Amino acid sequence: MRRGEKRGPGPGAGRGARRAPGRRGLPSTVVGIVLLAVMLFPVYWMVNTSLQPAGGIVRGDWFPAAPDLGGYATALRDQGGHLVTSLVVSLGSVALSLGLAAPAAYGLTLLRARRIRLVLLGVLVTQMVPGIVVADTLYGAYAELGLLNSSPGLVLADSTAGVPFAIVVLHTFMRTIPREIVEAARMDGAGRLRVFRSVVLPLSVNALVTAGVFTFLFTWGDFLFALTLTTSGPVRPITLGVYDYLGAHTGQWNAVMATAVLASVPAALLLVVAQRFVTSGATRGADR
Amino acid sequence: MRRARERPAAWLFVLPAAAYLLLFLGCPLVQNLVMSLRRYDATGFATGDAPFTGLRNHAAVLSSTLFSEAAVNTALFTAGSVLGQFTIGLALALFFQRRFPLAGPLRALLLLPWLLPLVVSGAIWRWMLDPDTGPVNALLRGLHLTSSGIPWLTGPTEALVSVIVVNIWVGVPFTTALLYGGLQDIPPHLYEAARLDGAGPVRILRHLTWPLLRPVARVVVLLGVVYTVKTADLILVLTGGGPAGATQTLATRAYELSFQRYEFGYGAVLGNVLIAVSTLFALLHLRRLRAGGGRAVSA
Repeated sequence: MRRGEKRGPGPGAGRGARRAPGRRGLPSTVVGIVLLAVMLFPVYWMVNTSLQPAGGIVRGDWFPAAPDLGGYATALRDQGGHLVTSLVVSLGSVALSLGLAAPAAYGLTLLRARRIRLVLLGVLVTQMVPGIVVADTLYGAYAELGLLNSSPGLVLADSTAGVPFAIVVLHTFMRTIPREIVEAARMDGAGRLRVFRSVVLPLSVNALVTAGVFTFLFTWGDFLFALTLTTSGPVRPITLGVYDYLGAHTGQWNAVMATAVLASVPAALLLVVAQRFVTSGATRGADR
Repeated sequence: MRRARERPAAWLFVLPAAAYLLLFLGCPLVQNLVMSLRRYDATGFATGDAPFTGLRNHAAVLSSTLFSEAAVNTALFTAGSVLGQFTIGLALALFFQRRFPLAGPLRALLLLPWLLPLVVSGAIWRWMLDPDTGPVNALLRGLHLTSSGIPWLTGPTEALVSVIVVNIWVGVPFTTALLYGGLQDIPPHLYEAARLDGAGPVRILRHLTWPLLRPVARVVVLLGVVYTVKTADLILVLTGGGPAGATQTLATRAYELSFQRYEFGYGAVLGNVLIAVSTLFALLHLRRLRAGGGRAVSA
């Protein structure tokens, strides 16, 4: 990361000089915790409600005094299948996006600077296409091709977010791979494909994970394509399950919120397990 | 010499992704234009018989009051969301620039609302804003600020305010992350020099931080606009565009026309409008990029 380089001569030199932590730091920590509590209160409220006893109208108790897993039982019974659908579609979208984006990102590193910029600009522009326009036109094509209400259809549509994002993230990383490493492999007689497979890809694991994780999240959270390209039948992602619940079950907020919690699990996992990927992905996408 | 020979191979690597993007993002742009010029309704859709009608769809859609209503709502929703996200995001970014215990973990946790699926955020807020049993009205009642509950999602004015507030909540984490990144790129020795010169926090913010942050800030705002203009999902979940069209935006109306009334030709017209607006801002964005000060954001 280039942030570290600019910070000053020694590690932490800038830090120490700017503000001595300790006496002056603690009030800030308190303020930070309060700010965060306000920001995350809705998330707390979701978990709290999901643990309220089932049956009757859920009254807003501020704390789940007697936690009850009834909401989760209902949610899993009704929505378990949709969770599996979302998992399948999201993993499919990760596979497709990385499969298309990784070679493209590598190919871009071999091109002339001006062409690269042109292609990357094109990639950026694609990210500004409104989803509703894509859904509008895909609906007609899908109806003819029999792709409505199918997992492959959703994978193809959902990857419109993953592919461009993955190209940008992977290209940003791959162009930092020292040319000598690639040249050396070429000297040993490896073809372009071979170099890509056995040199470039293994070196890019971190970037691949970052791009993959975000593609997974994009697809997992997709609502618009799920809403428009699945109209009936068993293929319904969990986002659509939550939406259906909102229409039918608002008397049973505990079950609705339990479903919401289950639908949030990937985001929560990501935050805990792969935190460094999140921040690097957010800023990597933002750099250049 | 060697590079010249290798270039065709390079294009072979790029080809599959390019084909996919062309098919799934390029074609829709063209197809949407074609659809907007034809009578694509439910019957035409089924029989494949969609006669060319020129600009008749455009005239019908753009002259209706529903369009001007949706356009005004879109402008208010976008301006309110971006303004709110930017101000709060900047305040939080400046705050987290301080060094204090737990700053890192707290900043990471802040990302959570942005990582949640939009439908989940919408569902949580539907419940938070429930007039009878939701915690927001319960709190207001407890503080004796209101005796009867406020109809957050069912009153016309309240509903538009509510969707904007929720969208701000969704967007603040990402805005904070980007602005925080921009702040980190300002060399610390500049702050030290300013402080040695006797500049107070307000002067430092006005004359040092803000000018240096401006390129990043500009990109954050431009992208905020591009992404907010096309937002349909959050509004569909929160209010469905209601009450009586009070939260209907161009994007939700495009959805309604195409997928609830099966007037695909009409929906495509609004799609064109959205594309035009996005293109305008994309061009602005690209011009900034070329000017060299900006960064391309892709998430």
